[in-house]
Amino acid sequence: MLRFEDLKIPNIEPINLTIEPGECVGLSGESGSGKTRLLRAIADMDEHGGQVYAEDIAQDQVKAHEWRRRVMLLPAESQWWFDTVDQHFSTQAKYIETLGFGQDVMCWNVSRCSSGEKQRLSILRMLSHCPRVLLLDEPTANLDSSNIARVEDLIGNYLSNHNAVAIWVSHDASQLGRVSHQQYHLSDGQLKQVSEA
Amino acid sequence: MKTELIVLTAPDLMLASLLVLALIGLGVRLGLGISRTLTVAAIRTTVQLLLVGLILETVFSQAKLSWIMLIVLVMMTVAAWEILARQKRKIKGWWGFGVSAFSLFISSFLITLLALFIVIEADPWYTPQYAIPLLGMLLGNTMNGIALGMDRLVQTAWQQRAVIEQRLMLGQKDSEAIGEIKRDSMRAGMIPIINAMAAAGVVSLPGMMTGQILAGSPPVEAVKYQILIMFLVTSGTGFAVITVLQLITRRMFDSRERLRFDRLLKEPG
Repeated sequence: MLRFEDLKIPNIEPINLTIEPGECVGLSGESGSGKTRLLRAIADMDEHGGQVYAEDIAQDQVKAHEWRRRVMLLPAESQWWFDTVDQHFSTQAKYIETLGFGQDVMCWNVSRCSSGEKQRLSILRMLSHCPRVLLLDEPTANLDSSNIARVEDLIGNYLSNHNAVAIWVSHDASQLGRVSHQQYHLSDGQLKQVSEA
Repeated sequence: MKTELIVLTAPDLMLASLLVLALIGLGVRLGLGISRTLTVAAIRTTVQLLLVGLILETVFSQAKLSWIMLIVLVMMTVAAWEILARQKRKIKGWWGFGVSAFSLFISSFLITLLALFIVIEADPWYTPQYAIPLLGMLLGNTMNGIALGMDRLVQTAWQQRAVIEQRLMLGQKDSEAIGEIKRDSMRAGMIPIINAMAAAGVVSLPGMMTGQILAGSPPVEAVKYQILIMFLVTSGTGFAVITVLQLITRRMFDSRERLRFDRLLKEPG
């Protein structure tokens, strides 16, 4: 489903990897090891070597914005540029209650949202585009434990219902154990599979 | 009624300069830190204008095309350089110079040519009494618009780079992700000239018209020239700002719609 062929990023050895439909890959590594740069290369936000395929479509085969609609990156810190939440949604938002909001959340003023609320809203915003690949950069870093569980459930269900794929970056090893089907660790420029504990 | 041109004498100018000197003195006393800049600027304006007066007298009496082209070249180069000097975020050397020179060429040079050939129809077309002040006025005004629009675009895009990238990540086209900033920058570049048109005659009497009236022209003749200039300046500024915004946004994103300040700025980050 998602396949890397000699994906090259500065200071990281070429990456070859295939992720099957419905799978979530956990990715850990120290700050500065290149996790975010890897996600940005997959979303084609930075220059890189090698090739990435999503559902057998190569990255450079489609326009960049079309690629990013399929392969969507959720940055660690979400950005909002209009006043109210709903202005950032082009389609009807789904899963609003699943993430613990009421329907009125769409009228909220973004500047009044807490960082945790923004993080959950950015997940809703991403899913409203129905991406095939989710690149999640510490998606629960600002959340309390009940909301962490909600996000983990939602993403898990989304992947299995849509046969989509995710790469989940987290510093929390127990979280990666819960959400991912296989785990990788990035250090000293090498991506290594973490053996089952 | 045709009035004689009243010639200014050196004592007249001295009197006016006393006012500036008084201002400089007051600035020093109150420690406002403006005196040095003011002194330099006052000296610059005196020397530059005297020099240009001498040059223009020579050129006007000769009316040689080669001389005029040389002056035009110097004026446009300085204007292009001034635009770059006004930028808070410095744009990469030759490319930045090329963009401002090209936009000035379109907005000022071509429009001056158009006015000389089609509207004014002086004989010969490059009659320096028309060509040089016309170009000067266009350059001065479009230069402002270009510098403001360019600065706003680059500066805002730089401050909002995280937002632009977020919008790209959500699958927006590069033109969509920079759309609002581009519209803002267009407005920023056009506001001075729109203000000038709106206020002309009511709040302010435009400089050229005032000059012509002081020199003894009938007011209605002066007004006609002023309207011509206003339209030329407005269209020139508009075309130039659009050109600059298009060129810079094309440079800001690469073929894969990535934000690339490293291609645009001298010190990206």
